[in-house]
Amino acid sequence: MTAVEHTWFMFGRHVRSLARQPVWIVILLIQPFFWLVLYSQLFRRITDLPGFETSSYIEFLTPGIVVMTAFFTGAWNGMSMVNDLDRGIIERFLAIPARRSSLVLSHVAQCSLNAVIQGLIVLCLGYLMGARVREGLLGWLVILVAAALVAACFSGISNGIALFTRREETMIAVSNFIALPLLFFSSALIARDLMPDWMRTAARLNPVEWGVVSARETVQPDTDWGTIGLYFVLLVATVAATSAFATWSFRAYRRTL
Amino acid sequence: MDAIVVEGLEKTYPKGIRALDGVSFRVREGEVFGLLGPNGAGKSTTVRVLATLTAPDAGSATVAGHDVFREPDAVRGVIGYVAQQSGHDREATGRENLALQGHVHGLRGAPLRRRVDELLDRLGIADAGDRIVRTYSGGMRRRLDIGLGLVHEPSVLFLDEPTTGLDPEARASMWDELERLAREESLTVLLTTHYLEEADQLADRLAIVSQGKVVVEGTPEGLKRQLRGDAVTIELADGRAEDAEAAIRALRGVHEASVEDQLLRARVENGGTAVPGILSALEGRGIGVTSVTMSRPSLDDVYLHVTGRDFRTEDQASADE
Ligand SMILES: Nc1ncnc2c1ncn2[C@@H]1O[C@H](COP(=O)(O)OP(=O)(O)OP(=O)(O)O)[C@@H](O)[C@H]1O
Ligand SMILES: [Mg+2]
Repeated sequence: MTAVEHTWFMFGRHVRSLARQPVWIVILLIQPFFWLVLYSQLFRRITDLPGFETSSYIEFLTPGIVVMTAFFTGAWNGMSMVNDLDRGIIERFLAIPARRSSLVLSHVAQCSLNAVIQGLIVLCLGYLMGARVREGLLGWLVILVAAALVAACFSGISNGIALFTRREETMIAVSNFIALPLLFFSSALIARDLMPDWMRTAARLNPVEWGVVSARETVQPDTDWGTIGLYFVLLVATVAATSAFATWSFRAYRRTL
Repeated sequence: MDAIVVEGLEKTYPKGIRALDGVSFRVREGEVFGLLGPNGAGKSTTVRVLATLTAPDAGSATVAGHDVFREPDAVRGVIGYVAQQSGHDREATGRENLALQGHVHGLRGAPLRRRVDELLDRLGIADAGDRIVRTYSGGMRRRLDIGLGLVHEPSVLFLDEPTTGLDPEARASMWDELERLAREESLTVLLTTHYLEEADQLADRLAIVSQGKVVVEGTPEGLKRQLRGDAVTIELADGRAEDAEAAIRALRGVHEASVEDQLLRARVENGGTAVPGILSALEGRGIGVTSVTMSRPSLDDVYLHVTGRDFRTEDQASADE
């Protein structure tokens, strides 16, 4: 109970500080816009290829971009942990009876909220550009939950790494190292059927892909709720695992003090 | 009852850095106790152990009757810890910082709001309470840090170098406020500093820490009194330091004398009466004098006396490392 309360207080701190950084808000708005417009222009004729079940690429792309943005937000989330460590904020909380888990989980929760906000922006933009989610509001909800889960999943990993490296430079290097392959091994931007076999197999193990597939189900004809359910369960389990990893790294960090 | 009891703390950081080499001291309830020492002496490490942040390799410690290692959460509830590196959130307002800290301590609603207002007021940052901390001056930030340590009305407050980085004027006014706070909040305070004047001004008792050990402990007055008398420093014009030392040692009322390059340091019963005698003795031997200064014993002298090293040069040397 105290842990939930403390997470809520810490979460409030992250949200307020984010809301006060105008630059962040602009980036939050511009980045998805950029992806959406860039890719839809670049690959306009890609849907002529077999393997795309949607009629327009923008429709195919929108859920992919939502999840991709969530993924990036998650993968970079450890930076705010490095910041808190640098500024002695974490130490201050360690000297008062703050629940240890709340210091980590509040970052994860804030990251999910970020992903949902960005997701909403992308969905609205996509809508303006002609993308329609077949399942209506329920579909939007599925896409946003997928985004929240993917963000939380990678936020856990990212925060765990941040607690080990405790340095921005290392953080950036590790995040890049992990982020790019995971993105390529997913169908965020390209239809699964266009990937070589081995890539498709590898993609099945990729949490980004789980998010992309479940989000995309809602824009395709014959939404397969079973697939969405399965991938959501897998994602929730992964979120639990990566949050546990982050909490464990936190204990390891404590022991180095 | 003693509010803080520290016995035989030892800590070696990785790479063999011996931060604590058997630190022991006791702080009485309601007292302001100073840990004075140059850079790297182990002051912060000691405080971090007492604030439950760091585990030592050996030794024991209790704070307000709670064992620091067996009941860390009980200790966290009754102490306030103001770190050397401030831990406030720059992107939040002063009030938000204090409120979050209070929430974690279990304060809610009206009592929390009252406490936050009261602290902002007492720390003299009431007008800036709703401003983002990024816009605060150094002194205001330090005050906020102290407020963060006080939200839950702790009985023991740890202040790790509360005035480092402040200009002399801000430092002096911080001293006044710390004295007032300690009284108003009926606190036991453990204060670390490498300003001798600060320890002199604020501490009821102090311990001088050097290389991970307490080398001497007592009241500032008592420590200075032990040195028996005033310090006289004579700058010689043309060397012959040994001659000068010998001449002075022979005089009555001179307890000790030492030379370092062109400087002759002596400790005398009474500066006012001893100086004329010293000067005529030197003149009698034809030793030229450039300047004479006389001072009441200071903590610098205490430090020099117990460690054989000059406090300021040692502090500077380890800061430059
Ligand atoms: N996290 C750490 N890892 C390794 N060595 C450390 C660590 N923290 C402190 N030390 C070392 O332990 C010794 C004591 O450090 P400490 O910070 O306690 O000194 P201090 O008296 O507070 O000095 P200052 O006046 O500079 O703050 C120093 O030699 C320092 O380099
Ligand atoms: Mg220190």
